Amino acid sequence: MAIEAEHHISITSDDDIVPARAEGRALAEQLGFSRIDATLIATAISEIARNILVYAGTGDVVLESRHESGRCGVSVVAHDSGPGICDIDAAMKEGFATGDGLGLGLPGARRLMDEFSIDSAPGQGTTVSMVKWRVRDDLERLRSSRNGRGR
Amino acid sequence: MEAIQADTAQRRSDAPAIDSALLRELVAYLRQERAALREEWASRITDAHLLGVMAPDEIFSETMAVYDTYVDALETGSVEALQAYARDLSERIIPRGVETHEVLGIVLLLRDVLARSLFVRYESDPALLARVLDSYEPAANRIAVTVGVSFVDERERVIREQQAAIRELSTPVLQVRDGLLILPIIGGLDTGRARQLTEQLLASVQALRAKVVVIDITGVATIDLTVANHLVQTIKATRLMGATAIITGLSSEIAQTLVDFGVDVSMIRSVGDLQGGLEYAERLLEHTVPLDDDEASLAG
Amino acid sequence: MSVPILRRGELLIATIQSALSDHGILELRDELVARVGQFRSRGIVIDVTALDVVDSFVARSLRTIALTARLRGAETVIVGIQPEVAIALVQLQLDLQPLRTALDLDEALQLLRRRTAKRNGDRG
Repeated sequence: MAIEAEHHISITSDDDIVPARAEGRALAEQLGFSRIDATLIATAISEIARNILVYAGTGDVVLESRHESGRCGVSVVAHDSGPGICDIDAAMKEGFATGDGLGLGLPGARRLMDEFSIDSAPGQGTTVSMVKWRVRDDLERLRSSRNGRGR
Repeated sequence: MEAIQADTAQRRSDAPAIDSALLRELVAYLRQERAALREEWASRITDAHLLGVMAPDEIFSETMAVYDTYVDALETGSVEALQAYARDLSERIIPRGVETHEVLGIVLLLRDVLARSLFVRYESDPALLARVLDSYEPAANRIAVTVGVSFVDERERVIREQQAAIRELSTPVLQVRDGLLILPIIGGLDTGRARQLTEQLLASVQALRAKVVVIDITGVATIDLTVANHLVQTIKATRLMGATAIITGLSSEIAQTLVDFGVDVSMIRSVGDLQGGLEYAERLLEHTVPLDDDEASLAG
Repeated sequence: MSVPILRRGELLIATIQSALSDHGILELRDELVARVGQFRSRGIVIDVTALDVVDSFVARSLRTIALTARLRGAETVIVGIQPEVAIALVQLQLDLQPLRTALDLDEALQLLRRRTAKRNGDRG
């Protein structure tokens, strides 16, 4: 069964956030993630999608499945052409936890995902990349390696 | 055989046609020799000590069916029927304890028995023999792979079903009385198991409307940092769902480990042993002791 | 897309029925705060059973409702947090004080009664 390679979602208004995370959840469940992990992924998508809206106005989110021999994962890349982040370290600090102002959704997203990185500079927009992995059990690895040979 | 030899000149351009005509002849021969070849195959199976769990008459009827399906697959080149048969066979023999190496073994033995008989029949004409093998071998090997894979697929399916059934049957969360659950944890905890226990605990809190949960870790010798954090997270999540979590059986070793790790222990409401924990839980349920809702909620 | 709010004596009960957009939750916040003032309610129960995701924005909005309602004399209880939502909220490490939670409406009512009794006791 082929899983679509890439899901491209435009974020232009807050009505786009719920569908974006629903797609994230669907992709995660398709890949066999537990309900909990699918929720974590969906929540992380919600955080960075809102981050786009608040700081850049528009942007997009790309969801992708990732496959390695021992594990599979959901990759989420959020991109905007907004003003960029001057001080990434400061942006990732608290202000998020206590809810002062709106806070950036980035520290939250990082806590929910396994891999997380930000590429940003003033005037150059922001790209946030994150991945959540799921370890495949022995039977799955056996099945998929066999399918690879079969093709 | 004459018809094939007459077409020598057209061999290259008509390669597929010759192959299929040759294949038809081979198949006709193998059907003709069915009784003798099946018999030989069956005795080779017994010599190799395969299918020990099956009785002789079972082996007889299974080898008869496999032989026919095998030759049909050779003829048609279609493995669907063979796959279906292999799945069906697997469903029957897996519960009997037949192993993968046995299934592969018998299919390969059949391949060899048939190959040998073709050798004997065509050995006087080496060129023809070569073409016979060119036709036979790919088909036979495809069959071997198909049967092997079907068997393994079926085994995996059975194993998964059994695993799911075991998981469903094993309920680590026990309801002591209305509103009170116990989760006794025994043995080593790794992240995977810890996460699974958390899921089951929270699902039980929701389904059974629990107010107090006693998590007993008397049977846990050591925990690492990840699991320790997991435990604290479970306590917080339980509280978010409106229940209070009590830890019992927290050894001094683990307590020290938690402090050393810098784990937020203010979240942990710990009572010495399980018995004490249950008594404390009863008092919580009777509201003689304040529940968590009167205290600070989950500060980061 | 607005959230139905029931009034039951001194209680306001809001049941969120599907994933809310951001302006939906802000609308809910404004509605609840207005009605607490209008009816002098003592308690608010917000049912989030239908939410499969509660992110930091929603969580903070709920907290804002609780803080504002408390200023107007009402306690807020959130009910129906799903297991996986509970785990996500914990992992986000949000400070949700003074939000109270309960399993369902019945538990929430008991909780509110206890708090009201306690408050009355303190006054006396």
